[in-house]
Amino acid sequence: MKNAFLGIDIGSISTKGTIIDENDRILCGDYLYTKGDPLEAVRTLLKNLETKFDALQYRVAAVGTTGSARKLIGAALDAVVVKNEITAHAVGTTSIHPDVRTIFEIGGQDSKIIILRGGVVTDYAMNTLCAAGTGAFISNQAARLDIPVEDFGGVALRSTDPTPIAARCTVFAESDLVHKLQIGCSKEDIAAGLCRAIVLNYLNNVAKGKKIEPPVVFQGGVSKNIGVVKAFENETGHEIIVDENGHLAGAYGVAILARRSGALRPFDFRVADVDFRIAGKSCGRCANNCEVICVFRDGTLVDSWGNRCERGSVAVPSR
Amino acid sequence: MHKKNAAKKKVSFSQFGNYNVLFEYFVRHGLEQEYVVPPAITKHTMELGNRNSPDFVCSPFKFTLGCFLEAIEAGADTIVQVGGVVACRLKYYGSLQKKIIRDLGYDITFVNLAEANREHPASFLALIRQLNPAYSLRKILRTGATVLAMLEALDRTQARLIENVGFEVNDGEYDRVFRRFLQDLREADNNVFAVLKIYRRTKKAMEQIPVDLPSDPLRVAVIGEYYTVMDDYSSHNIEKKAAKYGMRVERWMNVSNTLVHYSAPKRRKVIRDYVTYDMGVTTTSNIGFALTCAKQGFDGIIHLKSFGCTPEIDAMPVLRNISADYDVPILFFSFDCQNADTGIETRLEAFYDMIRMKKENERKKRI
Repeated sequence: MKNAFLGIDIGSISTKGTIIDENDRILCGDYLYTKGDPLEAVRTLLKNLETKFDALQYRVAAVGTTGSARKLIGAALDAVVVKNEITAHAVGTTSIHPDVRTIFEIGGQDSKIIILRGGVVTDYAMNTLCAAGTGAFISNQAARLDIPVEDFGGVALRSTDPTPIAARCTVFAESDLVHKLQIGCSKEDIAAGLCRAIVLNYLNNVAKGKKIEPPVVFQGGVSKNIGVVKAFENETGHEIIVDENGHLAGAYGVAILARRSGALRPFDFRVADVDFRIAGKSCGRCANNCEVICVFRDGTLVDSWGNRCERGSVAVPSR
Repeated sequence: MHKKNAAKKKVSFSQFGNYNVLFEYFVRHGLEQEYVVPPAITKHTMELGNRNSPDFVCSPFKFTLGCFLEAIEAGADTIVQVGGVVACRLKYYGSLQKKIIRDLGYDITFVNLAEANREHPASFLALIRQLNPAYSLRKILRTGATVLAMLEALDRTQARLIENVGFEVNDGEYDRVFRRFLQDLREADNNVFAVLKIYRRTKKAMEQIPVDLPSDPLRVAVIGEYYTVMDDYSSHNIEKKAAKYGMRVERWMNVSNTLVHYSAPKRRKVIRDYVTYDMGVTTTSNIGFALTCAKQGFDGIIHLKSFGCTPEIDAMPVLRNISADYDVPILFFSFDCQNADTGIETRLEAFYDMIRMKKENERKKRI
């Protein structure tokens, strides 16, 4: 029986899981939408992983969690490592591409840039208060254009003359996009313009003058959008590497961290069926009135989410 | 003698770090008036300030306004606001807050120190007269000396706390000694020697707290906008959080360093390779401290400011240059009134991981 390590990355939009062996080789992985319910997402994720996992040869010896719901899931699964997504991504990516110098990551709600030199993070930045130019925005606009989000990049590539779209702010971009639609620009041009707007927003507001040196690896859900990848290549002049397992990099990284921690807390796939109580309340701190979900275990608050912006977050007592 | 029997004013100032202890002491002993300690800043304070402030004003405006309104609810009839020598929006805080409070229907005395003219010391006395028409200059000077000693003691003790609290063996010991220290200051006799005695006693007590200090700890400097950097609520207690990861936190910016010990020409000289002109308020001192720390081999710098703080925004490109030249990472935070702790912790933890791994890597390279 060999030891295996499970890493779970629970993001705002999607939940990712990876199981690795002691040589950091990926044994299996899974990816699904969080749909605002990380607990249920992780339950499904664990069931999916269980079917792919070779339980005769391996046993999961330790769990690590990352992503915005890392505390909750870390508590539920008794994780040995609960780590922020920046570190997890850096560790995961350098294990696949040891010579990487720049990592772009655009997820559902946040985006970050990580600068590495000699395999060590030397600088990073994360988007600040707003989620402009992240996956959530692309999904919304894809729905507006009636293009399945998976095909969005492909549609954008068919454009020969991308429509300029204001990149600074999601709200401005949206009104700009609507106006361009109404004056008769083609969907392809608008899709391509939007991809470019997202890249410009990212370079101006997240990368902000940081030195982008190749090799550049692009990760996160948005990296699956070929239109954005092309726009990045045009704007930076570098080849953009998108890994087949790029969306799993955070989960992979935290699995490695769990292995490196040396702590062993054998894990059972049934552990996800712990009893948690979830209560919703409306945030009320702005006109959005987001439904904030609070999670209680034995009557104590362990996590909260559902907020569209950082305003609605409920302070989580540290474990 | 009728003046002595006149009803005492109930003076209040905003919450600002731990400096309320000093304001209170000065008002009670120097001005011989009552002091209303503003309630500790909470979400309610923030909401109160936010609701009655222009949306895009910097957050210290909102925090101080919220504090004033809570103090008035608690019985204060005289509010003091600072400002004056600086070149930023702080200069207008007083006049605007005075108007907002009046518009809300409160009939209080608003003493705006920004109205004093530094070149005419008599203008300060005019403001003091608003606080106590029958003030005793002797008492003001005597208490002034005591409070100045307290300021020095407070800032040094706070610096000692934040440098070491991350390494205490038993959680909460530094805080306990510090709380006792503040209480001792409140009750101190009105002379410099009494303050010195309290300071020395506290220093000794802090030195006796067992710490587990590594030989080469991670050192980070905290810099940024005046209010946010000194007020724990505004900064989401970032210094303590950073310390608790196991970092030695140093902050030059405090009231005594900026008002008493600061020499602008010296700092300008330090940073002349980077900056030709002053950019206002604390930018010169912040850039200077950042550069000094970078030269001393600090592992990281944390820059805090309220959202939209123009002078500190001007300082940021210079800080980035220093960061690149000396290979010292800088973590920038911009706070407004609402901000969740989770996002801050994610960034801070990532920053800690980064500088820790960087340091380990450099250590390995040397061997």
